[in-house]
Amino acid sequence: MAYHSFLLEPISCHSWNKDRTQIALCPNNHDVHIYKKDGTKWTKIHELKEHNGQVTGIDWAPESNRIVTCGTDRNAYVWSLKGEVWKPTLVILRINRAARCVSWSPKENKFAVGSGSRLISICYFEQENDWWVCKHIKKPIRSTVLSLDWHPNNVLLAAGSCDFKCRVFSAYIKEVEEKPGPTVWGSKMPFGEVLFESGPSGVSGGAGEGAGGGWVHGVCFSHSGNRLAWTSHDSTVAIAEGGKTSTISSLSSETLPLLCVSFITENSLVAAGHDCYPVLFVYDGTKGSVTFGGKLDVPKQTSQRGISARERFQNLDRRATSSETTEQGLESLHKNSISQISVLEGGKSKCSTFCTTGMDGGMVTWDVKVHTHTLHTHTV
Amino acid sequence: MSKNTVSNRFRTVDVDEYDENKFVDEEDGGENQLPDIVHVASLTPLCTGNLMEALQAVLKNPPINTKNQNVKDCAEGLVLKVLSAFKSSDVDKGVQSLDKNGVDLLMKYIYKGFETPSDNSSAVLLQWHEKALSAGGLGCIVRVLTARKTV
Repeated sequence: MAYHSFLLEPISCHSWNKDRTQIALCPNNHDVHIYKKDGTKWTKIHELKEHNGQVTGIDWAPESNRIVTCGTDRNAYVWSLKGEVWKPTLVILRINRAARCVSWSPKENKFAVGSGSRLISICYFEQENDWWVCKHIKKPIRSTVLSLDWHPNNVLLAAGSCDFKCRVFSAYIKEVEEKPGPTVWGSKMPFGEVLFESGPSGVSGGAGEGAGGGWVHGVCFSHSGNRLAWTSHDSTVAIAEGGKTSTISSLSSETLPLLCVSFITENSLVAAGHDCYPVLFVYDGTKGSVTFGGKLDVPKQTSQRGISARERFQNLDRRATSSETTEQGLESLHKNSISQISVLEGGKSKCSTFCTTGMDGGMVTWDVKVHTHTLHTHTV
Repeated sequence: MSKNTVSNRFRTVDVDEYDENKFVDEEDGGENQLPDIVHVASLTPLCTGNLMEALQAVLKNPPINTKNQNVKDCAEGLVLKVLSAFKSSDVDKGVQSLDKNGVDLLMKYIYKGFETPSDNSSAVLLQWHEKALSAGGLGCIVRVLTARKTV
């Protein structure tokens, strides 16, 4: 695990390039900074200044080496590297509220932008006009779209929204691709079709009623695309398997809400949020259950030294407990909420390294060693 | 210099009601919870002193889907009665006997009880709150805050 502090302010969003030597991030302002890795040091090599509002989403397409950014100024820009300089191209999203998240499709011929205008803009490049064009998915979204994830078939798109639901849409654009084959989520996929929607009664997998759930903060398809996981503001994490309509397994966790989630194998996922450390969840497909797998941030055990009587009373005065821990702050690596997780090595099927960025302006790379049924973490 | 400077009745118009984009919760057909059955079911074990049973009975069928405020108040009063009947040393055992959903529901009633404090209710509820917190964690409280349908 390596912690690097980029800034003192939150990192709004980040994205890595293909070989993981460069990271593009937004330092909580209108710009995007690109840092290059030199051994253990990071140097800033580019500053992308075009947005008029905070940049809320960045995605770096690995194969075509283009960066798409979206911001609260209701615009998105596609940046291409010309020589040594990144040149922006404006994409008109036709939204009247801020853009919240952006994601390239797996084949990088289109990207999706979620916004506060209660819709998703699917943008693709039109060759004849040399211009990015967008189509809207509006129904039945009733509030801000917070997170997006593409299915590996380049057509299906999962969206988590503030209307407490997680949905799978079809974003099939006939101008840029062939008709997709059937998947576990459905076979008829016209543009804008809803193939799956999590209902408030469907969120809870057990006897409880779910009672409406909370904003869906993070969504993630598994590597095969057959499973969909989402985390919600009512401190639950849920997984749905495509095909079987109402088997949604969910776990009400004891932690604060989780903001981001990613599959690291077909059966396990890692999520992080307001508790400032990543946690592991294991999904059992046969039983349809999600279980808590453990915290991935195991703090170093500080030596237990004796505490003097004076310190005991001082602690009682200051903190109302005379406990022995001298830790004044959080024991986790991140000192503030983690807002984004990205897989670095291994993809979503056999992830070996992933990275988290958060509101403390720091970035941590985590190692994951998979041993058949158990997961351990090793310090780098 | 507009004319109407006398009447300000227009200031009571709630413009949000006329916003066509306003979010409306989905309506689930809520059955009218009959508090009488629950009343009887929980009072008998209460009288006989079987507090664990009383706790289980009163937490069954919470009036979440109904909009009838009387039913909700009735249920709340019952739960408070059962919770107050527990001895301080038994509170822990009571919480342990509940499953995850039960702990969440208990926490909802505890916070509902905090809203209208009566003579001794806060002290009792705080004891229950401490034990429920150690069983359900912070997530339990988050679920009380984010629930769209309250108990």
